[in-house]
Amino acid sequence: MSSHGSRALAHQFEDLDQQREVSSLGMWLFLVTEILFFGGLFLVYSIYRGWYPEAFAASSHELIVWAGTLNTVVLITSSLTVVLAVHAAQTGHRRALIALLLATIALGCVFLGVKAYEYRTEYLEHHVPGMGFQFEPEYFLHAQIFFSLYFIMTALHALHMIIGLGIMSVMVWMSWRGDITPEYYNPIEVSGLYWHFVDIVWIFLFPLLYLIGRHVH
Amino acid sequence: MSTDAPHAHPSSSTRIYYVIFVVLLVCTYLTWQVAYFDLGRLNTIVALGIAGVKATLVVWFFMHARSSPRLIWLVAFGGLLWLAILLGLTSADYLTR
Repeated sequence: MSSHGSRALAHQFEDLDQQREVSSLGMWLFLVTEILFFGGLFLVYSIYRGWYPEAFAASSHELIVWAGTLNTVVLITSSLTVVLAVHAAQTGHRRALIALLLATIALGCVFLGVKAYEYRTEYLEHHVPGMGFQFEPEYFLHAQIFFSLYFIMTALHALHMIIGLGIMSVMVWMSWRGDITPEYYNPIEVSGLYWHFVDIVWIFLFPLLYLIGRHVH
Repeated sequence: MSTDAPHAHPSSSTRIYYVIFVVLLVCTYLTWQVAYFDLGRLNTIVALGIAGVKATLVVWFFMHARSSPRLIWLVAFGGLLWLAILLGLTSADYLTR
């Protein structure tokens, strides 16, 4: 594939491969900062869980396991639609690309809907720290640490999902306009990297938040 | 920088993506079911182990790490290294008090 002189190629790059690698590299560097961003929260979680294992297990039991499991499946499915979208972009299948991006957006909305249902349930059950929190007296204080971390980590993750939905909407628009071609599909690839990273964060959040000491029933 | 590895070939089949998708679903089922067995401290280790496998599969296949240049591998491992420093040095304090 001769790439010199292509309209898709910005003048500062040698060829399309180099241009693609640079945009991917930029996203990977950003994701490293995201690893440390979420890493700090996972660290705080680990320390407190080490200190108060019983309170964390008792709190975890109050979360809705089926909702967390369903959302894991939803996010994994959305990762599949994203990677298929990248493939469709690479091979120039514009209609498939748009359909797969829209499917990704739909799955992201399902995830947020389930999350909102969970938040509502937890609010009604008085499990939001600072808003009339109620819990077994034995774990009253330390359960609030768990639920604070639960809300901070899942809300931060949900914020990333919302940003991801915005990015995917822009991708639909760019694809619709015909900006995405087999020569220039970098925006789809880079958006996909971000989306997969957000999926990975949830892959760790799910067992750590929902599945602690489930066998103790 | 562009000589390390070929970029993902557009002609490559999508079948591998479906295979990885099914493996990820099986892993999710396993991590959910295994939580209901009392394995002592192993529960957490198994849960994190399965999560690690899932994350690796996503990075390697869905994020195209397998066909990315070595420079991107270096950045990814750099991220893990800094995370290990963050977790390791802090734990060295809290776990030895």
